[in-house]
Amino acid sequence: MDYFIELFFGGLTRGSIYALIALGYTMVYGIIGLINFAHGEIYMIGAFTSFIVATVLSIYGFPVLAIVVIAGLAAAVWSASYGFTIEKLAYRPLRKAPRLAPLISAIGMSIFLQNYVLLAQTSDFLPFPALIPEFAFMEPVAHIVGSSDLVILVTTALVMIGLTFLIKFTKIGKAMRATAQDKTMAVLVGINVDRVISATFIIGSALAAIGGLLIASHIGQINFYIGFIAGIKAFTAAVLGGIGSIPGAVLGSLVLGLTESFATGYVSSDYEDVFAFSLLVLILIFKPSGLLGKAETKKV
Amino acid sequence: MKSALKKKLFVTAVALSFALTVPVATIAGDTIKFGVAGAQSGDLASYGIPTVKAAELVVAAYNAKGGINGKKIELLIEDDVCKPEVATNTATKLVTDGVDVVLGHICSGATKAALPIYKEAGVVVMSPSATNPGLTQSGDYPNFFRTIASDDAQAKTEVDFAINVIGAKKIAVIHDKGDYGKGLAEFAKTFVEQSGKAEVVLFEGVTPGAVDYTAIVQKIKRKGADTVIFGGYHPEASKIVSMMKKKRMNLNFISDDGVKDDTFIKVAGKNAEGVYASGPQDNSTNPVSIAAIAAHKEAYNEDPGAFYENAYSAALALLNAIEKAGSTDMAAIVKALQNEKVETPVGNINFDAKGDAVGVGFAMYQVRDGKYVEVK
Repeated sequence: MDYFIELFFGGLTRGSIYALIALGYTMVYGIIGLINFAHGEIYMIGAFTSFIVATVLSIYGFPVLAIVVIAGLAAAVWSASYGFTIEKLAYRPLRKAPRLAPLISAIGMSIFLQNYVLLAQTSDFLPFPALIPEFAFMEPVAHIVGSSDLVILVTTALVMIGLTFLIKFTKIGKAMRATAQDKTMAVLVGINVDRVISATFIIGSALAAIGGLLIASHIGQINFYIGFIAGIKAFTAAVLGGIGSIPGAVLGSLVLGLTESFATGYVSSDYEDVFAFSLLVLILIFKPSGLLGKAETKKV
Repeated sequence: MKSALKKKLFVTAVALSFALTVPVATIAGDTIKFGVAGAQSGDLASYGIPTVKAAELVVAAYNAKGGINGKKIELLIEDDVCKPEVATNTATKLVTDGVDVVLGHICSGATKAALPIYKEAGVVVMSPSATNPGLTQSGDYPNFFRTIASDDAQAKTEVDFAINVIGAKKIAVIHDKGDYGKGLAEFAKTFVEQSGKAEVVLFEGVTPGAVDYTAIVQKIKRKGADTVIFGGYHPEASKIVSMMKKKRMNLNFISDDGVKDDTFIKVAGKNAEGVYASGPQDNSTNPVSIAAIAAHKEAYNEDPGAFYENAYSAALALLNAIEKAGSTDMAAIVKALQNEKVETPVGNINFDAKGDAVGVGFAMYQVRDGKYVEVK
């Protein structure tokens, strides 16, 4: 039973890590129907930014809490500006083009950003400082759930609740839903669609940056390639949960994380990906639009 | 007007970027073409760059003495990023450029992919770091040599150490599913089973780059292992070691020369303390080795990186063989490599019929106070 609980929490943490990234995929897809492959790189850039800021601040002897807050803010702002710029440069000019064009543009952006960080920073792995301290009250259960696991779980839950609130109950949320339903109609009723889309990219990118800080602190190392692998898994999770749906992205991520954890624990880690993707195929056979996705209705 | 200027600037930029990629003008005339291939960029670049530096230093020293038999030595340096699919291109390029011998490649997978091309062209290849046993033991590549012992020698050293020195009884063998890591792990498993003194409680591969290794670490604990033998490179090793510390587990962790790299200590930090890793034996008292390291410090003002001495030895062995053979013909070089002993940083070596260096072996190291120290 202990073993089951250990694997369960391991899976939850892993799922929450995917979820922090998957939310960005799902938000962008929900609004403009584009799979933003560069999203994983935004997460990586967030991790690098917080690494640089945290390193500088720790030289000046700031307290850990201040470092986390400042590094998190800096990473969120920096990544958001990247998200905003990418949308403006690579996706907006292609908005009326066939669907494949922005997709290829997104893949190009992803490769560009990876190599840009590789050249501008380093190809080496860098040691990421443990920004999340070991809480004393977690010590009795540290062998099951660590402090960083707890912080990641709580953050994911808060982010999901916050986003759902934002979309359901605020003005910008209403505008987002309107844009998602029908761009032309949204323009006609006076919504600035370009601004709504920019806002979506900014929010999604800032979230990815926060994820970058937490996850890098949990794993303890970063390099230019982390965004690609995490991005692919998060994308899978978003599809599993129903791409376009916010609770769906979180649910899909948790299902994926738990499946991988139990597959490793009870079968073999050699088959971790086999189980994860078999599950994806199975769910898509029976629910083609994902666990919580709405069936796409054809607009006439 | 403005756009015309922009266009001009653009064209100039493009032209410049091409100009920069054109190799330094090669000296015309009769030279010995000495190829160097390996990872010089990408995330394994730290394994390949020291080899380039070693080759440059050895070749510069030879050229300063007037070259070999009156011929200057010319370096042809190519990057394979440690990827097999790139390595075949690298090899083809070197062969097309008329290379005489090649120092490289760095990673086993890339080496294996490139070897058939060199064999066809009759080019002798010597790797400072490719440790996959099949490269020599299969007998498929009579043109291949190496100045590092193969993985099974390394696995044997690790298992002997685990059982006889640490007294391990239950060993978890973990690998990264790669050519190098899995090969090593399989040998370790076989040697543990043959010993009869310890058992393998877990044998599994982890996915490199995965965000989190909690599940495999919990599994290691559940299987009651007292020692982990890991086959793979430092990024995964430091994640597993850190995760074990997070889960308050205190096991012996033994790994290989993919982990015996200062980057591992830098990334894993204090979690690296106490980790064992096998690596090429210590040559710090060998005068040739001292001279080689001094040359590196003088040229680059820093300590050499991974496989530097093996690469330095390989360069010396190759050039010595060409000198003794008096030709760059493959059969003559192979004969010289097998029969002529040469003083190198890794010892006074020659090569056996399969291509392994005679008298090159492994030692065990442990991280103590942020440094790898040899365990006697």
